[in-house]
Amino acid sequence: MALETSILLHVILWAIGLLTIAGFASAWAGRWSERLSVGLGAGGAGAACAVGFGGAAVALATRAEGTLALPWNMPYGTFALGLDPLSSFFLLPMFLLSGLAGIYAIGYFKPWSGRNPGRFWLFYDLLIASMALVLTARNGVLFLVAWEAMTLASFFLVTFDDAEAGVGEAGWVYLVATHVGTAFLMALFILLGRASGTQDFAAYAVPAGSAGTLFLLALIGFGTKAGLFPFHVWLPEAHPAAPSPVSAVMSGVMIKTGIYGIVRALVLLDAVPGWCGWVVLAVGAMTGAIGILLALAQRDLKRMLAYSSVENVGIVALGIGIGMLGVQAGSPVVATLGFAGGLLHVLNHALFKGLLFLGAGAVVHGAGTRNLERLGGLLKHMPWTGATFLVGSVAICGLPPFNGFASEFLMYVGSFKFILSSGPAALGGVLAVVALALIGGLAAAGFAKAFGIAFLGEPRTADAAAAHEVDGTMRGPLLVLAALCLAIGLGAGAVVRFMEPAVAALTGAEAGPSAAEWLSPIAAVAAGLIAATAALALLRRRLLAGRTRRETGTWDCGYAAPTARMQYTATGFVQPLTHGAASLLQPHVEQQLPEGFFPASASLNVETPDLARKRLYDPVFRGLARGLGWVHGLQQGQIHLYVLYVVVTLLVLLAWALRS
Amino acid sequence: MNAASVLHPLLAVLAAPLLFGAINRTKAFFAGRCGPPLLQTYFDLWKLFRKGATYSRTTTWIFRAGPLVNFACLLAALTLVPLGHVAAPLAFGGDLILLAYLLGMGRFFTVAAALDVGSSFEGMGASREVQFATFAEPALLVGLAALARETQALSLTAMYAHLSGPAWNGVLPLWALLTGGFFILFLAENCRIPVDDPNTHLELTMIHEVMVLDHGAVDFGFVQWGATLKMWILGAMVVGLWLPETRHPLGNLAVGAVGLLALAVVTGIVESCMARLRLLRVPQLLVGAGVLCALGLMLTFR
Repeated sequence: MALETSILLHVILWAIGLLTIAGFASAWAGRWSERLSVGLGAGGAGAACAVGFGGAAVALATRAEGTLALPWNMPYGTFALGLDPLSSFFLLPMFLLSGLAGIYAIGYFKPWSGRNPGRFWLFYDLLIASMALVLTARNGVLFLVAWEAMTLASFFLVTFDDAEAGVGEAGWVYLVATHVGTAFLMALFILLGRASGTQDFAAYAVPAGSAGTLFLLALIGFGTKAGLFPFHVWLPEAHPAAPSPVSAVMSGVMIKTGIYGIVRALVLLDAVPGWCGWVVLAVGAMTGAIGILLALAQRDLKRMLAYSSVENVGIVALGIGIGMLGVQAGSPVVATLGFAGGLLHVLNHALFKGLLFLGAGAVVHGAGTRNLERLGGLLKHMPWTGATFLVGSVAICGLPPFNGFASEFLMYVGSFKFILSSGPAALGGVLAVVALALIGGLAAAGFAKAFGIAFLGEPRTADAAAAHEVDGTMRGPLLVLAALCLAIGLGAGAVVRFMEPAVAALTGAEAGPSAAEWLSPIAAVAAGLIAATAALALLRRRLLAGRTRRETGTWDCGYAAPTARMQYTATGFVQPLTHGAASLLQPHVEQQLPEGFFPASASLNVETPDLARKRLYDPVFRGLARGLGWVHGLQQGQIHLYVLYVVVTLLVLLAWALRS
Repeated sequence: MNAASVLHPLLAVLAAPLLFGAINRTKAFFAGRCGPPLLQTYFDLWKLFRKGATYSRTTTWIFRAGPLVNFACLLAALTLVPLGHVAAPLAFGGDLILLAYLLGMGRFFTVAAALDVGSSFEGMGASREVQFATFAEPALLVGLAALARETQALSLTAMYAHLSGPAWNGVLPLWALLTGGFFILFLAENCRIPVDDPNTHLELTMIHEVMVLDHGAVDFGFVQWGATLKMWILGAMVVGLWLPETRHPLGNLAVGAVGLLALAVVTGIVESCMARLRLLRVPQLLVGAGVLCALGLMLTFR
């Protein structure tokens, strides 16, 4: 291993150590000094993230590659940490967003009103540390330990506001769902390490003919964390329940450790069978389409964003699927375009979903609710939050000139390249194009709803009318993330060139074709679009100069006394689309229709429960509970019965020992 | 790229309002009316750009930015779209995707501006617009995929320049299917009968017109001018399939302009002969367009 790689690994290791120490110090200080606790927790997170980000950036730029194997007391191998372009690339958004969300959290939790801030910062810092460890672990046991630490730290963060209704249940759903996924990962690692007897990644050997099965295990195990359909059930529960900075980190980067796991499995398994690419493509298309349809139907802002994360993970999977099919078809151009698009979307989604969740947190902070039907007109009171939320919304819909377009563009071009080719891969290209176009249209509808209903129009409640802008520590991260969304939109070519080593690790082609060259004309048009808008704004100002400008009420087709309640609602805005998809979404409608000539009251309530949870998980778990009900009979709560169990067990063991 | 390529966007910006005039003259002819003059849209724009403005107190900067962003997106789209054999000033692999998403960006801001006035009428139009776009966008991309596969090209300019003269015979069925699909999309995206009626007076049935009810003066000028540009862009994608190549680049441009005027006349005839569909039927029409494009794509797999 080169000396620089060793130094960089130590930098990451120091960042992990700093996070752990800062977290515990913050918890310790939290008992008597709020300020000291926040300072230690947030300061440690900020410093460690800055250090780690710098280390990862240098590592990616220098293509650092190497493993550091330290002895430890666990069986099956060493405490092996490693860096390669893939790890470095995933570390970048992780440290960036975690650091920014940490700064944001300082303002978000003020006032702590008697709660111990250490309880938050301990788990927050541990979450970042464990994510860094997951991304650099090179030993199966170490990986699973870090993976579990990440799950537990995020579980305690999700249940931080445990006084609120529903938070506890959300935490349990998260804990159960994610452990079902971990079970698949344990099977995967055990099978991989069986031949060599060690869990070090370097010594893994793929049993002959089982690469496909192992990849499916990885896809289910990691897909549960990433949020692939139908394993996404925990996302829409956990993300809304968690405090907003935690939602941002979980949705922006923690679920990406699932994506990292899938691409890491691709590298470890070396050559997966051809059908794996088709599976990933199909799962990606399905996840994207169902995710955005469910997002559309939500009126809880954070729940909607959570489903949109499902959708975006689907888009990332589409890119990876195109890349895998490209490798399979022996087309390095398509492989590069697919993987580059997928990985760039990982980075992009961290930025705009982080931005949107932090923005949603600002809305909760300023207006006191996340229910879209109770918001409205926030842009007037929260100009910064509103403008940055708009940037995030446009970016996540993949519209130019922002970053979301760049990554989707690469996937589109890859798919079109397939369509031009002869052979079955062309069908994969068609599937990807149709899925991307459908998802794009639905996402635009969903985010027009989220932004339009929450920030535009008239406030629908007194709370929304009294909303206030958030303070500097919360505004700063929003502005930085919005600026990055635009910057990557304009400079996507440079970013893709920077992350090329990570893409090359997946395509297997060292000096392959570059995806960056496709993006340079995009940047030119995007810059032209911004310039044209600015020029038109100046023209408009000149045309209006010296003319009369009046202010009046909304015209409303002559109706004289409009009220805020007459505005379109979030549910109404998407009703044509959700109604069309009703057979899939199966919304639960409670309505009291107006009756008689002078109806006194009427009401409508539409809930859209999760498809997979209702159809798949609930029946399975109910069945389990029924099937295993007899176990209850063993547990009577009488101490002499338990003594009897002990005695019987001892006797059986004794008999067994004497027999042999 | 040549002189005609540079002239095409300029011509589009200046001459697009003429398309509205041509449609209205055709409709007047069929109805036996005198009808508005051919240049009426220009008179309207001239009036709008010199008026003082009235804004709703509910609105924010989004309302003012909406028409501008939409217009800027259409200007950017104009640099990507070829007119038959007139190459676009900018042609690169994947420009068709950028074109589709630029239209999407313009739509997003139009919808946001509509929601900014806080009226249920505008909300209704915005809701319909995003619904129909969801159906139209996949149909457009499938049609373009068929075109790309047939011509083995990834840029609009190369796709539309591919076929001339004798090469038409082989792909006539595909071309007919795509023309049908794109023409429906052209009518839908430009809010013409049978999807939307630009002349209706009942707000409850409107789509595009109801979204811009509160816009006035300069802002409405940009809305109207932008609508004509959108018609030019999508029209170029329909008639571009059939335009013959001439010896001189400027000849190509002239042929293209005549083709677009012809398309406007056809649109006028369609509007004169049929009523608008019920709103619930519109998605079926758009899915129909998607099916035509998908059939075209299947033909390329023969």
